[in-house]
Amino acid sequence: MSTTTPVKDPAALASWATEQKAQQDSGAPILIRVSMGTCGIAAKTGSVLEVLQSEVQSQQKEGQIEIVQTGCMGLCHSEPTIEVYDRQTRQSIFYGNVKPEHAPAIVREESSQAYGVDILTQNWYRPEEEKADVATAQARIVLRNTGRINPESIGDYVGTAGYTALAKAITSMQPDEVIQTVIDAGLRGRGGGGFPTGVKWQFAANQPAGEKFVICNADEGDPGAFMDRAVLEGDPHAVLEAMAISGYAIGAAKGVIYIRAEYPLAIERLQCAIGQALEYGLLGDNILGSGFDFDIEIKYGAGAFVCGEETALIHSIEGLRGEPIYKPPFPAVEGLWKRPTIVNNVETLANICAIVRQGPEWFRSIGTEKCPGTKVFALAGKVKRVGLVEVPMGTTLRDIVFGVGQGIANDRAFKAVQTGGPSGGCLKSDDLDTPIDYESLRALGSMMGSGGMIVMDEDDCMVNVAKFFLEFTLDESCGRCTPCRVGNKRLHEMLVKVCEGKADMRTLEKLRQLSDVIKETSLCGLGQTSPNPVLSTLRQFRREYLDHVLNHMCTAGVCSALISYEINDRCVGCTLCARNCPVSCIDGSPKELHTIDKELCIKCGVCQQVCKFHAVDKH
Amino acid sequence: MIDLTVNGFDVQVPDGSTILEAALAAEIKIPTLCKHPDLPPTGACGICVVKVEGYPDLVRACSTPVQQGMKVETHDPEIVSVRRTLLEMILSTHPNECLTCGRHGACELQELAKDFGIREEKMPSIRRELPRDDSTGCITLDPRKCIKCGRCLEMCQQQQDVWALSFMERGLDTRIAPAGDITLAESPCVHCGQCSAHCPVGAILEYDQTEAVWDALRDPSRHCVAQIAPSVRVSLGEAFGYESGANLAGQLYHALRRMGFDTVFDTNFGADVTIMEEASELAERIRSAPEKLPLITTCCPSWVDFMEKFHADMIEHFSTCKSPHAILGTLTKTYYAEKEGIDPESIFMVSVMPCTAKKYEITREKSMYASGEQDVDISLTTREITRMIRQTGIALENLNCLELPDSPLGEYSGAGVIFGVSGGVMESALRSTHFFLTGEDPPELEFQPLRGLEGIKEMTVDLGGHNLRVAVAHGLGHVEKVLERVRVAKEKGDPMPYDFIEVMACPGGCIGGGGQSWNVCNTVRNQRAAGLIKEDRVQDVRTSYASPWIQKLYKDFLGAPLSPKAKELLHTSYRSRPEYLR
Repeated sequence: MSTTTPVKDPAALASWATEQKAQQDSGAPILIRVSMGTCGIAAKTGSVLEVLQSEVQSQQKEGQIEIVQTGCMGLCHSEPTIEVYDRQTRQSIFYGNVKPEHAPAIVREESSQAYGVDILTQNWYRPEEEKADVATAQARIVLRNTGRINPESIGDYVGTAGYTALAKAITSMQPDEVIQTVIDAGLRGRGGGGFPTGVKWQFAANQPAGEKFVICNADEGDPGAFMDRAVLEGDPHAVLEAMAISGYAIGAAKGVIYIRAEYPLAIERLQCAIGQALEYGLLGDNILGSGFDFDIEIKYGAGAFVCGEETALIHSIEGLRGEPIYKPPFPAVEGLWKRPTIVNNVETLANICAIVRQGPEWFRSIGTEKCPGTKVFALAGKVKRVGLVEVPMGTTLRDIVFGVGQGIANDRAFKAVQTGGPSGGCLKSDDLDTPIDYESLRALGSMMGSGGMIVMDEDDCMVNVAKFFLEFTLDESCGRCTPCRVGNKRLHEMLVKVCEGKADMRTLEKLRQLSDVIKETSLCGLGQTSPNPVLSTLRQFRREYLDHVLNHMCTAGVCSALISYEINDRCVGCTLCARNCPVSCIDGSPKELHTIDKELCIKCGVCQQVCKFHAVDKH
Repeated sequence: MIDLTVNGFDVQVPDGSTILEAALAAEIKIPTLCKHPDLPPTGACGICVVKVEGYPDLVRACSTPVQQGMKVETHDPEIVSVRRTLLEMILSTHPNECLTCGRHGACELQELAKDFGIREEKMPSIRRELPRDDSTGCITLDPRKCIKCGRCLEMCQQQQDVWALSFMERGLDTRIAPAGDITLAESPCVHCGQCSAHCPVGAILEYDQTEAVWDALRDPSRHCVAQIAPSVRVSLGEAFGYESGANLAGQLYHALRRMGFDTVFDTNFGADVTIMEEASELAERIRSAPEKLPLITTCCPSWVDFMEKFHADMIEHFSTCKSPHAILGTLTKTYYAEKEGIDPESIFMVSVMPCTAKKYEITREKSMYASGEQDVDISLTTREITRMIRQTGIALENLNCLELPDSPLGEYSGAGVIFGVSGGVMESALRSTHFFLTGEDPPELEFQPLRGLEGIKEMTVDLGGHNLRVAVAHGLGHVEKVLERVRVAKEKGDPMPYDFIEVMACPGGCIGGGGQSWNVCNTVRNQRAAGLIKEDRVQDVRTSYASPWIQKLYKDFLGAPLSPKAKELLHTSYRSRPEYLR
């Protein structure tokens, strides 16, 4: 379809899709996908892309090689990443850590191994579309298009069966059938709460007809979590389509995407996608001739963590201070502008189209009984291959950390995995074989959260980790209710004392007691879960707390008040450490044993890093 | 009705009640801090947490609705301990300055700390130095003392629709401030003082001017005159152990004289003058300028400020008549000064008002200097005069005295009294307008549909053949709705929905004023209103035009209502003002 006339009906959409598919299959024999998400761009994929494009020109390969910019492929550990896809053999080669100087060889279709480019095998990270592959742990529903299609081309999206779910819903299903489909699929909110999405829709649908709203919560705030951004940057139409479907289901004609202003690329791509969808009549009035109208507006958030809480988010859209209020009433009854509103997170919505298209049974075939489907995790920390991974619910931590993540970096020993961000907790090696879903994580004292997963090794101090997450909460508390506003500060003070070796056993008891009070009396989810990192580490890693309190020792060597540096007799007097010490606290003449003035030392560790003779010990 | 048990006692309460209300029905008082009876719960402080069987966490009694069969535990040792911890958290971020705080002895936080027996600071103190904001000269905002209960915000934003105050920053740094970190004087604040009337601690207080009054009283060259507003007499007693609504006018005249005031007048007289002018304006518009209807009352300075900032398109509908105390100030420095041969410059006029906005009003426009001097030198609130009475050493608690105000600006009619309650100005004006239109006494003096605490009250009144559609609105949030109806009619060219509108910024009118005694709620407002209505009913003269003292004033000094002299001295003008000065 070359003109931009609106798509009139489902048949026109289907023929456009066939056209697109044919076009995609019959293009240049080689398709190079360049990962141009925010992370890729930050890793200078842009310059790789530039050289690739100019090389195609200078080598006169326009007919043989097509280059497409995609969203994030999820391979954070090897950005810039590109995929070279052979349309004839349908095989892909992935190149990681690509530099501009590798581009000519790639365009010449030489084996690039000689140039030092990492080659990643396809099935390691991306199995066949929409099929769970247990061997590789990953299954892609949410991220099915992310990294594969050009997010700025509605044609690309339509070519992957895009908007057929919407067409199916609004032309051949009743709203309650759509809701029943989502309920039957067992889809649960991926923002962290795990509330059944279909039931939420049902509440809103049950409200008397009138103005209703669909809100897409794109206020992704957990430190280290970026799956929503990846979806919005890589597959924005999937979210728009899902919002329109949910609007149809609950009787809303208006959608709002609440997105943090720190996601400029996601905003740009959403705006582009909304523009295209309106142009082709896939949003707006009388979509596909069905009589159903749906518009989407983008609202920017200032990036407050608490605005991910739905009532605070609604306040923020209304122009008020982003503060949660006591529920009930729930937004499904009284939400935006006091009208029934559903708030769904990006990842949740990204499941909808596939569910409507392929049916609830298919969705239920993936994941676990109670938690069907997949979950996207932002795998980070001390793991070899950090990145975005999508695995079926019920996958074990071991499969994620040691399978997809390829184990701990630098041959250190695994210590813990933190899930659920600042509201979550830590899991130990004993928990590695637990299948992960909402319930099992909660049972282990952690939570799913939005899917942040931080791997820690023996060099991480768990008291310090708890302190880190609490610092985040302190910054992000809205200040409304006493326990969260003041209580978390008190917890933090006690943790500082522990880290400085100034705490006693009573401090540990008080930590636990105060954590309980904060959990029980805070107004919203932020405060109710903020002590989780403390409680979880206190329980799982009590030994470390005791070391700090009783032995004034930080075994991981992180808490600076409890460590000291000393120069041993391997010192040859090269003076390198003394010259690099920022506070000049290392004394010694050349070729003589140096000494550190422990009074002055700020424990920055520079001496140990620069010493070539392993002559600096940390105690 | 819902059946539940609270601490094992069976209770039955209406559907929709909260646990807090259910507990009260069982004579159990759950401590609260952020909850105010006037306002919806915010759940901010957490002090009212209780246990409910089957609930995983503690719940807030203030905002949790009761359910059939609920089993509530309100005071077991664990709950008390949690409350104490929360209280300690609040105290550790609150300045320890009780002795020099304006709320000392009347502070809700202090009361809780006392009840919980807090004797030491268990948590290290975190107190942030923040500047005090006295910029309005009406309200003192001390953000250091704020406990983030959110009551002032609810009043300022939701109830009054002014949006001057806001929380700034977040987490532990959260503080109350005018939105955008400007001063209150530069903000849309209309000085109603409802924030100060609802603040549980000393974070928002009236701007104290008692010292300036003592200075004047000590100065032998000043002739000090006081006037007391209608509503102050029925609220003052609360601080001295009287029931709300007890009329303490006689005691107050006495106390003012003991303080050293040379003359004590009553604002009720000024109210009678206001009615003479305003009812004449209304009658004139009904007769010859119906296109300028509705007429809107302007006794309330906060409302005037609100209108000038947000609804300047309504200026043509405003009565130009000044407010009662401003009129009394002018007359004191002209009529009274002339009569007694006192140099107006030496007169020091003090108004005792239920209001913080009157402090702003007395210098609002050049018409507030109609006498050639500043007509009213200082306006005090009920709370300030309470302190001055205590300093004077008058045991108001058991003072039985029936002193009377001074002539010629003290004696009043019943119409002047009810100015202090929402609907009162309207009733008084209707009584006199009837006379001005027909030359006959009104058959009815009381208009029941205009009484009570309903936010908007409407009725059609027959004034000798003229059917007048009137509306009474109090609480600025309600006023907006009435104005919107007028505005829509104007835009569409439809007939006006009203002919006469009374507006008071504070809920309930002046009896619920921002400068009144603390702990106001609807029960208290009703009691205060009843006190004024009772006082009206015992008066021999209940209409302003029939008051012999008013007749004498016009005969001796002003001529007739709306005469050039009356216009010069008793009327003012309005102009559009910016919402934000910065």
